[in-house]
Amino acid sequence: MTNRKKLTVYEECLKKGVSRRDFLRFCAATATIFGLKASAAAQIAEALEKKSRIPIIWLHLQECTCCSESFIRTSHPILSTLLFDQVSLDYTETLMAPAGEQAEKSKHDTMEKYKGEYLLMVEGSIPVKNEAYCCINGKSAKQIIEEAAENAKAVIAWGNCASSGCVQAANPNPTGAKPVHKIIKRKPVINVPGCPPIAEVMAGVCVHLLTFGRIPQLDSLRRPKAFYSRRVHDTCYRRANFDAGLFVKSFDDENAKRGYCLYEMGCRGPSTYNSCGIIKWNEGVSYPIQSGHPCLGCSEDGFWDNSPFYERNPTLNAYGIEATADQIGLAIGAATAAGIAAHAVTTNIRKKKLIKNEE
Amino acid sequence: MAEKIVVDPITRIEGHLRIEAEIENGKIKEAFSSGTMVRGIETIVRDRDPRDVWAFVGRICGVCTSMHSLTSVRAVENAFNITIPKNAELVRNLMECTVYLHDHVVHFYHLHALDWVDVLSSLKADPAAASAAAQKLSNWPNSSKGYFSDIQTRIKKVVESGQLGIFANGYWGHPAYKLTPEQNLIAVAHYLEALEWQRNVVKIHTIFGGKNPHPNYIVGGMPASINLDEANAINSERLAFVKKLLDEAKTFVDQVYIPDLLMIGGVYKNDWGKIGGGVSNYLSYGDFPTEGYNDVDSYKMPRGIILDRDLSKVHPVDANSPEEIKEYIYRSWYKYSAGDKAGLHPYNGETELNYTGPKPPYKNLDFNDKYSWVKTPRWKDLPMEVGPLSRMLVAYAAGAEPQKTLINNTLKALDLPAEALFSTIGRTAARGLETKLVADWALEFYDDLIKNIESDSRMVDHKLWSGEKWPKQAQGVGLSEAPRGALAHFVKIENRRVKNYQMVVPTTWNASPRDEKGNLSAFESALIGTPVHDPKIPLEILRTIHSFDPCLACAVHLYDEKGSYVHRMDTF
Repeated sequence: MTNRKKLTVYEECLKKGVSRRDFLRFCAATATIFGLKASAAAQIAEALEKKSRIPIIWLHLQECTCCSESFIRTSHPILSTLLFDQVSLDYTETLMAPAGEQAEKSKHDTMEKYKGEYLLMVEGSIPVKNEAYCCINGKSAKQIIEEAAENAKAVIAWGNCASSGCVQAANPNPTGAKPVHKIIKRKPVINVPGCPPIAEVMAGVCVHLLTFGRIPQLDSLRRPKAFYSRRVHDTCYRRANFDAGLFVKSFDDENAKRGYCLYEMGCRGPSTYNSCGIIKWNEGVSYPIQSGHPCLGCSEDGFWDNSPFYERNPTLNAYGIEATADQIGLAIGAATAAGIAAHAVTTNIRKKKLIKNEE
Repeated sequence: MAEKIVVDPITRIEGHLRIEAEIENGKIKEAFSSGTMVRGIETIVRDRDPRDVWAFVGRICGVCTSMHSLTSVRAVENAFNITIPKNAELVRNLMECTVYLHDHVVHFYHLHALDWVDVLSSLKADPAAASAAAQKLSNWPNSSKGYFSDIQTRIKKVVESGQLGIFANGYWGHPAYKLTPEQNLIAVAHYLEALEWQRNVVKIHTIFGGKNPHPNYIVGGMPASINLDEANAINSERLAFVKKLLDEAKTFVDQVYIPDLLMIGGVYKNDWGKIGGGVSNYLSYGDFPTEGYNDVDSYKMPRGIILDRDLSKVHPVDANSPEEIKEYIYRSWYKYSAGDKAGLHPYNGETELNYTGPKPPYKNLDFNDKYSWVKTPRWKDLPMEVGPLSRMLVAYAAGAEPQKTLINNTLKALDLPAEALFSTIGRTAARGLETKLVADWALEFYDDLIKNIESDSRMVDHKLWSGEKWPKQAQGVGLSEAPRGALAHFVKIENRRVKNYQMVVPTTWNASPRDEKGNLSAFESALIGTPVHDPKIPLEILRTIHSFDPCLACAVHLYDEKGSYVHRMDTF
């Protein structure tokens, strides 16, 4: 998007053979409709001659709206700055004024007027077992996303639902819920996982697109490296307790009251890539571990089926994406000492692989 | 002859809702409400560890986030007879107050206000007059002429850009908008302020639950330990942070939300205080225990049922009784082993998806057949409305204070009879009054927490954390009042795993399709008789539907008398 050749409204008018006089007449008429002073017409003309805010279509499929709720909590930039100064959120069922036919019109206006220029943001998964499991205005989620992605510049899959199916895709996945990248193949898809993603991470992805005019660097799972290249475990302020072998044995025990490591309570920090330990939640107030609860691993693919949550799971992909704990021949979940040893071994394996990848 | 309208999607709600209505002589004669999305979460939690379920079911809704988690841990604790420590009860109450404060304010300004407030009209306002009017409403400091002038400039800039974003294709200029330009400007300013305020109050969840949306809970108490001598626990700094947020919330509710509610209510009361009443039965499970979950008499919000709008009597409700609450699927896309006409108590509930509707893309649903993913719950076979209005009415009828006095004073201030409570405006007003009470109660809970911490720092009951001591079989119910109404989770546990899990959620009561006898549920019923100025523009439908604060995905359609369903089409 660096060399965006988006036409302004005025340029489009010129292209369509509208004279400057007619264009100014249109601006004056617009001012009258909105009850503005005649002088406003000049301002309208000036704005329409300038470049437009990036239009966004935000779809709501199989979801719980937690991603939208997280998004509206962003602190930098705050939402109103983003919405009114930086982007034009033309379709989002949660906040838009119109409903029904007029809401559909907002979506279709943007799809036509900004063909190839609008960003498609998706919250929720797509059921494929029976498309009638999620319908809006009589169309299935699959039909809706395919239509909207056709002429989108890029697609952002918000949260675990859109990036890996989330809770409805947990066993037995009764509706056949699929993430966006399994449905949309011909467009760049950015996965921003988490249940929900951290507000400032969502805003950060938007700001990157707007400021630098290009998609941020992604890892092999299409996640922005800036926010998903570090394990929660490696950035956790309680990590020193892990290294020292100081563990909470039961909620609210003496060790919990001292803020020891939650590894033995089932913490998924060692296998979870997210920014919780760095950016933290809700303007940096806290994050699950800081408030005494183990990480559930909510930004990882299939984390719901890595339960029970309060036990270490030997089949869990515990030490990074390369190997499971079992594959490296160490039984986890037995003695903590073994766990720490395994941790050290796999961390080294992982580091070597990373170094290799860099080369 | 009737005219038909389809509204799909209903926006500014949580989820996917479709509504179809038939309009005759300018009024709605028939209405159908359909939930058009399903995920089958009750099936997914089967065979899981009961201690994990709160996290799964919490993901049913990210708007009233935490309410399903709270209700789930209550259900499991009820099954195992676990009593949580006093601190955990108070922290849960504080977190629930936070949901109310956030949810109700966001509903009023960001989901509902645009039904009453004409954003473009605010551009015609005189900022000096808006300033004078705002200063009469309350002491809220953001009320200068310059402040309103800046807000106006900001909106003007968006309008002049030609990219109206979320305001594009709104119903601006519709004759049903009655506020003055100055009142519209005040409301738009507060829309923006509420947007900024709402991201702060939820930090109470972050402090105690680690994040928001979807904060953490645990069976047996709460995960955040209290230790006044430790940086890694709830200490004086964290508590002072909570107190600051609660004080700010109270100020915002008292100085912005309530004055705006009275301003808007005052303008619309004569029309909208008479319509939108709907079903005449109201259910509340009650909530905010002060002496333990099992001591219902200690709840700040009382439990009970009002029948036929008779405020002289409160009927008891027993969620465990197999004769009281039942769910039907006669008009819903599910299958029961006992057949389509059966009603099942949630302990024995079934969730088998059975779609029989048209293949998408479709224009119409068949209302003579099944037409929704929402089941139809009934109390003794009667439809119930749930939500803020039900809670306030049950409290009023039970003579509970401070609810009764607050309702009486508000009716007096607006010069309205008690009957006006049973209306669209009544529902919207009840939500605001309740928010005021919750803001006060939160400060009481905070003071109680401080007092209790002095002698007791426990946050968890450990006795039954490890599954070894659990009974082989157990069942329990968790009841709560989510912001949107009565919420119940029913769990059966066998061999340390969930055997069956059923949830009867607020919008199931309100948005459900009709039952076998043809009795309408709350949404459908409330729309009957609503005047519609222009069937192409569903503003009036949105007003009444939004007054319930729906939490699902629905759609509205119009249908004709011959039973053929048409998308926005005249049948003259």
